[in-house]
Amino acid sequence: MSTAVRLPSAALGVRPAARLRRRLRENVTAYGLLCAALVVFALFSWYPIVRGVLLSFQQVNFVTAPTWVGLENFQKLFADPQFWEAWVNTLLFTALALVFGFAVPFAIAVLLNELRHGKAYFRLVVYLPVMLPPVVVALLWKWFYDPGPGLFNSALHAVGLPGLSWLDSPATAMLSLVLVSTWANMGSATLIYLAALQTISGDLYEAAELDGAGLWRRLWHVTIPQTRFALLVMLLLQLVATMQVFTEPYIMTGGGPGDSTVTVLLLLYKYAFFYNDFGTASALSLLLFVVLGVFGLFYVRLTRKAD
Amino acid sequence: MRTLVSESQLRSPRGKAIYWTVFVVVAVAFTVAFVFPLIWMVLGAMKTAPELARVPPTLLPAKANVGAYVEAWNFMSLAHFFLNTVIVVLGAWLVQLAVDVPAAYALSKLKPKLGNVVLGMMLGTLMLPASALLVPTYLTITDVPLLGVNLVNSPLAIWLPGAANAFNIYLLKRFFDQIPGELIEASTLDGAGPVRTMWRVVLPLSRPVLGVVSILSVVTAWKDFIWPLLVFSDPQAQTISVALQRFAPDTPVNLLLAGLVLASVPTIVVFLIFQRNILAGLTAGSVKG
Repeated sequence: MSTAVRLPSAALGVRPAARLRRRLRENVTAYGLLCAALVVFALFSWYPIVRGVLLSFQQVNFVTAPTWVGLENFQKLFADPQFWEAWVNTLLFTALALVFGFAVPFAIAVLLNELRHGKAYFRLVVYLPVMLPPVVVALLWKWFYDPGPGLFNSALHAVGLPGLSWLDSPATAMLSLVLVSTWANMGSATLIYLAALQTISGDLYEAAELDGAGLWRRLWHVTIPQTRFALLVMLLLQLVATMQVFTEPYIMTGGGPGDSTVTVLLLLYKYAFFYNDFGTASALSLLLFVVLGVFGLFYVRLTRKAD
Repeated sequence: MRTLVSESQLRSPRGKAIYWTVFVVVAVAFTVAFVFPLIWMVLGAMKTAPELARVPPTLLPAKANVGAYVEAWNFMSLAHFFLNTVIVVLGAWLVQLAVDVPAAYALSKLKPKLGNVVLGMMLGTLMLPASALLVPTYLTITDVPLLGVNLVNSPLAIWLPGAANAFNIYLLKRFFDQIPGELIEASTLDGAGPVRTMWRVVLPLSRPVLGVVSILSVVTAWKDFIWPLLVFSDPQAQTISVALQRFAPDTPVNLLLAGLVLASVPTIVVFLIFQRNILAGLTAGSVKG
């Protein structure tokens, strides 16, 4: 590695030995400044990564010493019907969240970018829910979803529509969770798309128009290709985030009704903190990590290419 | 600036009509979707419990019971949980700055041997989903290696893992990288050591990035739920978010709503004050390109 801060040592007439000493001193200072970060990363990031993998193959309770059990934890998971349900539910949540959380913010951003007035207000309010603590959002929407005096059924009744059972029915519970989480999180995606849209050169639209491209063709052939990178990155980030959904089902449904909203993370929480079965919980983390790791690798490759 | 629709199209009578129709629809839709729910929450807190059970609901409280906020404050001992949260949040912020700023500076400007390896190992953790590490990190907290202490119910359980924040280091290092080497050299020639140079030259220039990192860390810590839920098993140690969900089943609806409003005030106020920085940080940070 080359010297970063190139000191004009030759000009000062410093001998090689002194240079070496200075370089050594610099290294010592640098590691002095780094040591706190190295300690916290080692203890709370790197060590848990290794430990998580090891735990997956161990039986861990706080009573006896951990023992190696090979693939038993995984076998236990595969034999648990809730495990498969949790994956199906999580994938359903992710898929629904993509339909709403991916397409809607982009459409809104495209629309906002065309408006010449009130942009500051729109930008402000779309981001308001992002600033609310997720617990507040979950408890607030649980109240909105109340089939009796709740806001949503009242609104439906007011326009002459029948109410829905929202969180109380397996058919609509997951969709209800998707709606909350989309409402709470779409602000970030919208503003990121908006920023990406603002980098598109007006000349491209001009040229497309001269070529006779109508509104939709301009949208399809200029807007979307020009924001492709932001769209892809957000798609991956959203996939990774939604597959880890926890707060909404934990607070709003507790996984019910039945097992219709048990997600992978909710199951992981149950294994670890209800059954105190940290080994199986770790095995589940490892599986989740492998699935998300694939997306993570795509993401890194994508951002590398952009750099 | 030219966008999808051209100015000339917007200026035609038909264009104008369509534009203003769309504008009004968007303005109404945004207000209904994002502002109205919050107003509904604030109003709901001021209705009485029997009024909240009425179908259809009343639009405005029959009698605005502002006292519900005070009542909620006392009923759930919110002062206690706010204080807990403030301690957790401010501590997390200070520890993050104290740990991550020197680290990023060392990696950016001093470039020690194996610095790139260290940086790579730190940034590698960004690829890991936080939830995949919940269990092993929790077990680490219950018995920290080398120190042999149990941090459950201590704010340190939030502060220390929070400082292992690779995204902060990435943002800070990227900013420090852009500070010209000449400034550092000049400071060195004046006889200042690296630490003094960091304090006197680099940090004053880094206010924008320090602002972004600070706001990010404070807001994230205030909003955090799952990790505080795990590490604060003692109800007395809990943060506001964890306490609210614990109280929710046994609290009258109007008081719970008042509690939700109060818990949201700090982040909303921070947002209204630092709006520009937050939105700038969002677009600079999230698409980490």
